[in-house]
Amino acid sequence: MQMQPDAPPAAPRRFRLNGRDRSVTVPDHALLIDTLRETLRLTGTKQGCDGGECGACTVLIDSVPRLACLTRTGECEGRVVETIEGLARQGRMNRVQRAFHEQLGTQCGYCTPGMVMAAEALLRRVPHPTEPEIRAALAGNLCRCTGYVKIIAAVQAAAGEG
Amino acid sequence: MRNARAVVGQPTPLIDGIEKVTGQAVYTADLPAEGALVGRILRSKEAHGRIRRIDIEAARALPGVRAVITGADCPLTYGVLPIAMNEPVLAREVVRYRGEPLAAVAADDAVTAAAALALIAVEIDPLPACFTAAAARAPDAVALHADKPGNLEREVHHRFGDVEAGFAAADFIREHVYSCAEVAHAQMEPHAALASFDPERGQLLMQSTSQVPYYLHLMLARCLDLDPAAIRVVKPFIGGGFGARVEVLNFELITALLARASGGTVRMVLSREETFLTHRGRPETEIRLKLGITAAGRLTACAAEVVQRGGAYAGYGIVTILYAGALLQGLYDLPALRYDGYRVYANLPPCGAMRGHGAVDVRFAFEAALDALAAEAGLDPFALRRANLLAAPTETPNGLRVESYGLGTCLDWVEAASGWRARRGRLGPGRGLGMACSHYVSGAAKPIHWTGEPHAVVHLRLDFDGGITVLTGAADIGQGSSTVMAQAAAEVLGVPLARVRVIAADSALTPKDNGSYSSRVTFMVGNATIAAARALRERLVAAAAVLLDAPEAAVEDAGGQFHAGERVASFAEVTRAALAREGGAITAKGSFTCPEPFQGGKHRGGAVGATMGFSYAAQVVEVAVDAETGAITVEQVWVAQDCGFAINPLAVEGQIQGAVWMGMGQALSEETGYESGLALHASMLDYKVPTILDSPPIAVHVVESLDPNGPFGAKEASEGALAGFPPALAAAVADAVGLRMDRLPITPDRLLEALAQRARAGRLARALEVA
Repeated sequence: MQMQPDAPPAAPRRFRLNGRDRSVTVPDHALLIDTLRETLRLTGTKQGCDGGECGACTVLIDSVPRLACLTRTGECEGRVVETIEGLARQGRMNRVQRAFHEQLGTQCGYCTPGMVMAAEALLRRVPHPTEPEIRAALAGNLCRCTGYVKIIAAVQAAAGEG
Repeated sequence: MRNARAVVGQPTPLIDGIEKVTGQAVYTADLPAEGALVGRILRSKEAHGRIRRIDIEAARALPGVRAVITGADCPLTYGVLPIAMNEPVLAREVVRYRGEPLAAVAADDAVTAAAALALIAVEIDPLPACFTAAAARAPDAVALHADKPGNLEREVHHRFGDVEAGFAAADFIREHVYSCAEVAHAQMEPHAALASFDPERGQLLMQSTSQVPYYLHLMLARCLDLDPAAIRVVKPFIGGGFGARVEVLNFELITALLARASGGTVRMVLSREETFLTHRGRPETEIRLKLGITAAGRLTACAAEVVQRGGAYAGYGIVTILYAGALLQGLYDLPALRYDGYRVYANLPPCGAMRGHGAVDVRFAFEAALDALAAEAGLDPFALRRANLLAAPTETPNGLRVESYGLGTCLDWVEAASGWRARRGRLGPGRGLGMACSHYVSGAAKPIHWTGEPHAVVHLRLDFDGGITVLTGAADIGQGSSTVMAQAAAEVLGVPLARVRVIAADSALTPKDNGSYSSRVTFMVGNATIAAARALRERLVAAAAVLLDAPEAAVEDAGGQFHAGERVASFAEVTRAALAREGGAITAKGSFTCPEPFQGGKHRGGAVGATMGFSYAAQVVEVAVDAETGAITVEQVWVAQDCGFAINPLAVEGQIQGAVWMGMGQALSEETGYESGLALHASMLDYKVPTILDSPPIAVHVVESLDPNGPFGAKEASEGALAGFPPALAAAVADAVGLRMDRLPITPDRLLEALAQRARAGRLARALEVA
């Protein structure tokens, strides 16, 4: 959010975002979270800390979970970027979203987009994770509501469906 | 009401859960506001000082800056308690903590706003500062507030029963000092506000991360000197609160002042660091506790001296220090209590209400003392609790009414589920089991702002589409209150949950509500929702009677349709008839009031702690202690809570797990630390909330004591279990390594130091023996 007054000239950045080819013209150092939230108005990705501490802004870049608050938009050039808005199909929740909803893996919902994206990445990589694998995959995502019990149950339920 | 519960009592995903998991939920920082100005706050680097000069001219002259304000722009103070509104919106004359707002800007963009802050020249003459309760209470301490010499915000001296006789009758007495670090809510959503001021009409639209939109409305009217009718407060999705947002906060008023000064829309999003500095957490607390029991384990007396370090301003402080005394009662049959409480000002960010408000730290001391007494008396910790159960209905010596009481059942379940009898003391070296109990109120029976109105009001609206709209001021902050209201309305009216929508917390549409705190919403707003639904049903029955050509008494509401003998009318038909009969859309009102006898004892401060229904919880914690590193691993928790009746068992379970887990953070790792008033913890790395790797399985059992006054019998479900965790953990550590830790959090370094101290003492004793 803190852009320098003497910012270098903006250049168009092309990447595939939630299944669509997008081109955005932002300064070279623009953070992905700001490009998503402010330039593209995709506000599902949340900022919960002052940088790299909470995981609320987790998005997928080529199916790998990354913190949008520590990623320059320029790094996404030519990559496949997915945010929480890109998981549903024709307005239907995907299996991870449905499990988080039905198992109450979400309470206030603020950590949820990042948590769901981290869980989605895990299930793509490991379709039937063990509980320690789930814990390891979500260790960078803080939640203050659930005590994580129902988050683990939600990921297990999602894996059961897949 | 039908006997078979169709909607309440069913595990129900949150009615706004789909928005949350799909990223569609709009939180305050997400609100679209094209062209909104960016608000930023300049904060004090001095912990205590007299403001000599704040020069804003250079900042004001910077192109792109639309408004700059200081304390001079708002002479009025604010605060949550009408008797203690001593906080300036922006510091005036004196600054009292590092991080206190001094000035604020609204600019075209963030870069300009930051540049403007850097141009503000501040000169402050430092004053001596107090950072501990002891320093603040020292005879030569400089008073933070001229009207509070000795920095004593409030002292409380309560006496109930014959304490001296109680101790004289005791066979075992424990007197010990316990201390608890200050902790913070650390809700995942940083504070944010969006304010729009229309200078043509003199109207303000405010959207903010608030648990108390009505109090925000009152304070905006006060501090901006606006007609309340010129203000509209709307609550967006809220990313947690836990008490951080149960009083109006400076950034909200600052955002509104900036919007008015700039004649436009200002978006203020606080950083995580600023969110920590805004604070209102649980105060650092020292408890000197003396507890007596007979050889059979009956409590005879309790004496508690409690000191809370409250920070620089009043906030909820008076309530917190009163809760700490009042809620020593209400859990067990305690015949005599002496309470001396001291709430102290210090040059630190203000403390406030946090989940389990006022009850948590004293409960740690009380349960820890009980565990030590059980060991000393050779009693099982469960037996000691069972020897002191209350028998509802009853009234405690300090005037708290207990109408339903499921603690005994809670004890039975956690004892059996944890395998307590077979496993305690037999888990091997470094492993242990501990237990403790706790309780909490279902809303304060006496509201903070006494207006003579009911405690809660709900409107139900029914129009041509046959959908039910619940209009409530209650703020869903993630706890699921909107879902509870929808369930309650659907249950009473016999319509599917999907036919009920909830519109919450918009002052232009919804009846006022005092807010989401002290676990009041399910109990009070739930009861109001039931009353409104019954009122609506009566009007439908009246219409059905005309439609079915039968007397009203003969009309049976069969859940979604109406019968009179053989004749049947559908809900849609009856709705049409009712609309025609009443001249269009129907609004039914329901309200709830806590009757006067529930509003507490007649002693000064007696209203605090009084409630219509206490929740009760018992829990067992299993730990593994690594004597080499001092690390404590929580292996498993078993918790049972009497919540009266679980309207939404899924959410109740989630709330209980969250409360236990938050207690775990306070017990093991969380602490707000300061160096000369500088916050050392103000990030999510430095303030150590447990991660998923640190978090145990938490098995929950819901006990339903069916409170006679609760909605469908329901009581509080989200705070009561928190306070039991720290003492249960300390007891488990004592079971594992034989050390009674008396200071929270029990961090590895503290435990290692205690182990080393014991080893040194052992070596010394052996050496003396040899000599």
